[in-house]
Amino acid sequence: MNIVEKILARASGKSKVSPDDVVFANVDKVMMHDVSGPGVIKVFDKLQKQGISVDKLWDSTKVWVAEDHFVPSAEKVSAENIVKLSNFTKRYGIEKHFKYGMGQYGICHTISHEEAMVMPGDVYVGGDSHTNTTGALGAFACGLGHTDVAYVLLNGKIWFKVPETFYFKLNGKLPDHVMAKDFILKIIGDIGTDGGAYRTMQFGGSGIDEMSVQSRLTMCNMTTEAGAKNGIVEPDQKVFDYLTRRGATNLNLIKGDSDAEYEKIFEYEGSELEPVVAKPFSPENISVVREAPSVELDKCYIGSCTGAKYEDLEAAAKILKGRKVKIRTEILPAAISIYQRAMENGLLKIFLDAGVTVGPPTCGACCGAHMGVLAKDEICISTTNRNFPGRMGHIESQTYLSSPLVAAASAVTGKITDPRDLK
Amino acid sequence: MDSFKNVTSIVTPLDKVNVDTDQIVPKQFLKLIQKSGFGKFLFFDWRYDENENKKPDFVLNDSKYDGSKILVTGDNFGCGSSREHAVWALLDYGFSVIIAPSFADIFFSNCFKNGILPISLDEKTVEKLQQETRPIEVDLEKQTIKTLSEEISFEIDPHKKKILLEGLDDIAQTLQYEDEITEFEKNSKIPSVL
Repeated sequence: MNIVEKILARASGKSKVSPDDVVFANVDKVMMHDVSGPGVIKVFDKLQKQGISVDKLWDSTKVWVAEDHFVPSAEKVSAENIVKLSNFTKRYGIEKHFKYGMGQYGICHTISHEEAMVMPGDVYVGGDSHTNTTGALGAFACGLGHTDVAYVLLNGKIWFKVPETFYFKLNGKLPDHVMAKDFILKIIGDIGTDGGAYRTMQFGGSGIDEMSVQSRLTMCNMTTEAGAKNGIVEPDQKVFDYLTRRGATNLNLIKGDSDAEYEKIFEYEGSELEPVVAKPFSPENISVVREAPSVELDKCYIGSCTGAKYEDLEAAAKILKGRKVKIRTEILPAAISIYQRAMENGLLKIFLDAGVTVGPPTCGACCGAHMGVLAKDEICISTTNRNFPGRMGHIESQTYLSSPLVAAASAVTGKITDPRDLK
Repeated sequence: MDSFKNVTSIVTPLDKVNVDTDQIVPKQFLKLIQKSGFGKFLFFDWRYDENENKKPDFVLNDSKYDGSKILVTGDNFGCGSSREHAVWALLDYGFSVIIAPSFADIFFSNCFKNGILPISLDEKTVEKLQQETRPIEVDLEKQTIKTLSEEISFEIDPHKKKILLEGLDDIAQTLQYEDEITEFEKNSKIPSVL
């Protein structure tokens, strides 16, 4: 069995599972946020009206809650949703509720690894499509709709069809100017936005072994954009160290068997990869940066679960140090812990000296919610994960997706720029 | 959830691929959580201009499709964000069947939670149905789509079919099997992860 099959077999009490088997898996952790949470509460209300008891959750210690999409509250409706969420966690005794304005909080997928909420081998589900991100820690992590989250909260388990696995093998490490974001965009360009539909996308090979945990998180995050059920990397010493530093204990570094089967294997040579962008209006619309259209950019956005982890800010700082931005640029660290490290290590000063506006952790303009959304005809380069029409604001705005290195280099020139070409 | 009845209706052709949930319900409406009333936000940015006037060239604004219950669209429908609001909006607008060559995973699953039947058919058949101007009949029990000229059959997972036909949601469904679940729990020895 491969790693996903082993996790699902363990969680469903079976000795062996194969692709297309339907399993009833015990869930180890479940997450909801300020958009999915109020939806879940609505489902609870409906169930109660039907006479189904919602007095008790299956296990409130396995539930955690993030505030990220519309926080700090963008206007009164989102403020009310935060109150609803707070009442819910209080009523059910959910202690892991990361509240803005009260220490650590941030984008749910960032909190999942910054706070070691999810362990290797876990079945982890969340009310958000980018829940896939956390597969980089060696968990089976996938997103659910509101009704499914409500179901898990009450029952602690859920049905899955065991997915087929596509294995992406990276031979050799990425060059310094190429980031994990470039690699995952390249893959999405190759297989398309439905190329991974219903499948696991597993990443391995010497290039992935060399990659930091944070880079692997970027890879798994955007498996969602390829339509995948989940993304995963087999956990290793780096994952062990990453989680142990964040207080985790009793880690189980689960791996697939040596005779594990994969539906298809894709191979990439690290040395051949280049910085790329995804042009409007699809993450599969890939161009090498040096061949990208010469457009006048209006904005640069460095934020989101995909592109505002500490390592992403470090990459941006490497470019912005001693330079000035030529277009409006925002940097929003994805969690308070990252914000704090960025302050302690001098990154915030580099950003402010360069002219950047530094904002609070939030999904913000990535999902067009607030904090710098785009006007009609505005063109933005962004470290986020989606560039559908209107995703970041006006339906006639445009977003180019890129790595933090490319985004920062482009902020300096005002045009889409390969970091190697920066003077 | 209401049980799924046979649907006879003209089809609304939406000839686009990779329609994502941001297009189905734009983000500004996500803060709202009532399940009803979302129909007015369906495909909002495609249906209305900046002054919220209807855009005449968008298919939903063409009165000949008024009352249609069947949306026929392109590959990978419902990709992007997991927002269940997308399904609420389609249902509230009046669609109960969506036909496409393929669907995004979470969206597909959300449909069954809310009583919408998503049907995958090969691209050629979908193209043909998009051009069908006369009413068609979708019979879930028999797994067929009848047009005036032919009968097309479709596949559906038997478990999902039952959910729709009986109007069960997953929670109600599980409660039917409470004894079996308890039994399963008692007997299952969960081995530790190797």
